[in-house]
Amino acid sequence: MRISFYLNGKQTHVDVPPGRKFVDVLREDLGLTGTKECCGAGECGACTILVDGQARLSCLMAAAQLQGRRVTTIEGLAADGSLHPVQEAFIEYGAVQCGFCTPGVVLAAVHLLDRNPDPTREQIREGLSGNLCRCSGYVKIVDAVEAAATKMRGGTPQ
Amino acid sequence: MREVILPGSLDELWRSFEGKPQAAVYAGGTDLLVGLYNGLLNPEALICLDRIEELQGVGEQGESIRIGSCTTHAQLLDDPLVKSHLPVLWQAIRGIGSPLVRNMGTIGGNICTASPAGDTLPPLYALRAEVELRSKEGVRRMAIEDFIAGPGATRLQRAEILTCVWVKKPGEYNLHHFEKVGLRNALACSVVSMAALLRLALNGVVEKAALAWGSAGPTIVTCPEAEKKLIGEPLSMALLQEAAALVRKAVSPISDVRADADYRRIVAGNLLLRLCKVLK
Repeated sequence: MRISFYLNGKQTHVDVPPGRKFVDVLREDLGLTGTKECCGAGECGACTILVDGQARLSCLMAAAQLQGRRVTTIEGLAADGSLHPVQEAFIEYGAVQCGFCTPGVVLAAVHLLDRNPDPTREQIREGLSGNLCRCSGYVKIVDAVEAAATKMRGGTPQ
Repeated sequence: MREVILPGSLDELWRSFEGKPQAAVYAGGTDLLVGLYNGLLNPEALICLDRIEELQGVGEQGESIRIGSCTTHAQLLDDPLVKSHLPVLWQAIRGIGSPLVRNMGTIGGNICTASPAGDTLPPLYALRAEVELRSKEGVRRMAIEDFIAGPGATRLQRAEILTCVWVKKPGEYNLHHFEKVGLRNALACSVVSMAALLRLALNGVVEKAALAWGSAGPTIVTCPEAEKKLIGEPLSMALLQEAAALVRKAVSPISDVRADADYRRIVAGNLLLRLCKVLK
């Protein structure tokens, strides 16, 4: 089945079985391996992408469901060559250990800050509660998202 | 190759069923697609309901609130009617899965999955919700406790779907409370949950009560004996202890990987004791 959607701002067509797991389309058919798959059951958030701006799990979507949708993967966040403020903050605050959860956490954080530009630390923790980090790096992740929020509002992080 | 059908309206849906009567129907996919992609299910086709406008959103008709079956949990958390009239449901939805799961999963999916641990179910039982079912042949409506037939089983017939949930605005209750006990806050299947609606008079006497427990039996457990025990008496820890003893008799939990039956039985009663704290 031919499926057409916007991927990181570009009109994209793929010819895949309609029930194919969308994370497999991204990683195996389109070669975008930034999106990870871990649990395959919606419990870890490694496969998080944005669909029409909203954070969703690409391991629980059939390819056909993306017909006509706007999809952003981690590769699309810095599409013009400059990093998103959330990505910059992750580097600055060392919020990455092994990095496997990072693409999903960053995209979930982008959606969170889109909905709530000035979250408390508790709201950040709650907003990222669907994304597991097994290196146990949550403190730095929350620090980074807090700093990105401040920067995106035009302030200077403390 | 398994077909995925994306009807854009109910009329298109009925046509989809004509060719694929055995198709598996879903909306968010947070339950069905887990089974499918892990090889536990093998339906001949998938029908995804998420593009059917008629199944979306929350509205009011007089004293009733209509919740479209394909409204996501995230949409319900943002909805002013749910927030203002149905706090018990709002509290329950807030603890479902994770933000990612709530962006995808729908209230209709939570109901039709019919898990004893489905978090929207205890509030919907306590609110005496009704479900509206539609097929090409027509519409029928029934109480949620009649719709859910057992763990994972409903009264849905082939080529029939849940279109919406009807709830009367529960203006007669002034205390809404939901609590779930799980192994952690996010992404935790309920070990035991409880929805409670009470009307308390100014002097603290319970005038009306509706209570329901999740993960405490094959389907949601209600306990009219405990409700009767509370009604007409001033709310106190001693009174709640007496009612909790009745609750522990009424529930019939199982032992599984999350907890054993005895623990669930004790906790089901203890959740009721929490109402004393909620008042303070």
